[in-house]
Amino acid sequence: MKAVETVEAPEVVEHPLESLLRMDRIPHIWCSTCGIGTVLTSFAEAVKKVEFPLEKICVVSGIGCSGRIAGYVKLDSFHSTHGRAIPFATGLKLANPELKVVVFSGDGDIVGIGGNHLIHAARRNMDIVVLCINNFVYAMTGGQVAATTPLTANTSTSPYGNFEQPFSLPHLAASCGAVYVARWTALDVRRLAKSMTEALNKKGFSFIEIICPCSTIYARRNKLGTGLDLMKFYHDNSVIKHGADTRELDIEFQKKIIVGKFIDRERPTFLDAHNDWMKQKLKDKFIPHGGPQC
Amino acid sequence: MKADPKGVLTGAHYLDGDHACSEGAIAAGCRFLAGYPITPSTEVAERVAERFPHVGGIFIQMEDEMASMAAVVGAAWGGVKSMTVTSGPGFSLMMENIGLAAMMETPCVVINVQRGGPSTGLPTLPGQADMMQARWGSHGDYEIIALSPNSPQECFEVVIKAFNLSEKYRVPVLVMADECVGHMTEKVVIPEADEIELYPRRYTKLPPREYLPFKPGKDLIPEMVKAGDGYKIHITGLTHDEKGYPAMSWEAQEKLVRRLVEKIRLHADELVDVEEMEMEDAQVVIFSYGISSRVSIPAIQKARKEGIKVGLLRPIIVWPFPEKKVRELAKKIKAFVVVEMNYGQMYYEVERCAGGNCKTILVPHGGGWVHDPEDIYKAIKEAVK
Repeated sequence: MKAVETVEAPEVVEHPLESLLRMDRIPHIWCSTCGIGTVLTSFAEAVKKVEFPLEKICVVSGIGCSGRIAGYVKLDSFHSTHGRAIPFATGLKLANPELKVVVFSGDGDIVGIGGNHLIHAARRNMDIVVLCINNFVYAMTGGQVAATTPLTANTSTSPYGNFEQPFSLPHLAASCGAVYVARWTALDVRRLAKSMTEALNKKGFSFIEIICPCSTIYARRNKLGTGLDLMKFYHDNSVIKHGADTRELDIEFQKKIIVGKFIDRERPTFLDAHNDWMKQKLKDKFIPHGGPQC
Repeated sequence: MKADPKGVLTGAHYLDGDHACSEGAIAAGCRFLAGYPITPSTEVAERVAERFPHVGGIFIQMEDEMASMAAVVGAAWGGVKSMTVTSGPGFSLMMENIGLAAMMETPCVVINVQRGGPSTGLPTLPGQADMMQARWGSHGDYEIIALSPNSPQECFEVVIKAFNLSEKYRVPVLVMADECVGHMTEKVVIPEADEIELYPRRYTKLPPREYLPFKPGKDLIPEMVKAGDGYKIHITGLTHDEKGYPAMSWEAQEKLVRRLVEKIRLHADELVDVEEMEMEDAQVVIFSYGISSRVSIPAIQKARKEGIKVGLLRPIIVWPFPEKKVRELAKKIKAFVVVEMNYGQMYYEVERCAGGNCKTILVPHGGGWVHDPEDIYKAIKEAVK
């Protein structure tokens, strides 16, 4: 009879992103093969690379599947109302300009109900980063048609297929004045992380659209297979075209997706424009806002 | 703590109620206003837009009232006293994020210079028909505090009080003015800064490891932190536990929502602010607020000349309702005459608290103009019949 070999318990290794995630809230609520977790991983990688102190980075979300991101990042995080993450972030940023404020939410939240805030924040060049996860439907409520649903795609409220023209998000953000505009898929984990780092380091309104698989609802209704099949689709059909004309970025149902960095330009932010203008007009009578005051 | 002299325009001024609200806010230390133009409240924002660059404040005209209110909540968490100002339709649009402020226990102030409604109603003319909306307008159960000024001088004072109460109880506080008070111009005396007492934000002294954002103190109110302090807080509009984490259960709902309600209800006695006039021997009591309380005075004077013992009870804090006061009075007097510019809102609160112990008579008015004092006088006569 052989002696039983004693096996030493493996050393418990800390998850590489543990310092950035609220581990006490894991497991998360997202479906298996949902792309949001992957996108969050890219974000955590990006945050590790930037030089801001972590306590100065804030995440603001709205409502929806992607809106739950605020609840998983170990940063000051605010889970606001549906569509209002951008104005909430505007208040937060203007109250304390030292903060790096990131709006992390979904297409229904940022472009559907909150579309007006998106265009105005871009117009003002509010110094925030907007990361918009686009899964083409209102997923949290069961997969209803969205302002981003491709023509002909089936959703629970477009049971005969969608006949409304969707928005092209990079074109919308760029037209309204965003200084940094990019689009990636959830498959592009490294390129996305790099792009997020650039957006975090950029001063002004930065916008990244992230095409993300929703296998539970969008893929199932449209018979597109599993999350893995969608990732394979992104792999075979996304084309990197940096600097592409944003008028040519429409997404058609199951056709090629153009990704890349489209806009990277400079423009005075809301606060810089405010301060410069007031200084010019009021001279030494102007007292600039100096951050938290209570 | 005392007001920062930088923001206090000490001296006697000739101001309208809207401008007095602006000065009250600046004196109270408000340094962020997000708003959207709407008559008859716009002058508050206009004066702030002019004054803020001189005192280190940020004014931003947002794209709508939903954005304005959301920005106000965000700014509060950024560590600045914040407010917005609106009227009728804008107040309706702010409701969802007023609920967010209540749920996130965010100190902030909303001024509603009421106009005639419903819908677009009477944009340039007075109303007092948003009183129940102030109380119940956002969905779900919660308590807020609301005040009603009846003069430009009181606009200045009430807005400071509103900021102080919002800090003390960590609730959105609503200032329910009306078009008449907002647009009437009177003498406003602004005191020295060191005569203005401000309630400081209730920041925690606990280190991040020990701090729980929604763990209440004995008074049911939790201590606050602001973004950027290293506490890595999570603040959500979802039902949450003491840590601030979403908690989807009836137990968590019971614990949180009960506290949101009780943190105000248990302090109801501290939250009584009424003005009493000729009340010592009063048998009939006019219950009225805002401009209607001033229109009631000629009726009181006329009735007094005829020997009718009538007085005025004017709530300055309208929510929470001064229940105890009304309940006790009802046992001693013949009647309450409620004068308000609507078809019965605070009236039903008076009737409820009177509990059948005295008559309750409503003198309604649809808004657009003030009451005819004669109608109030007639109601007083009916009360003593």
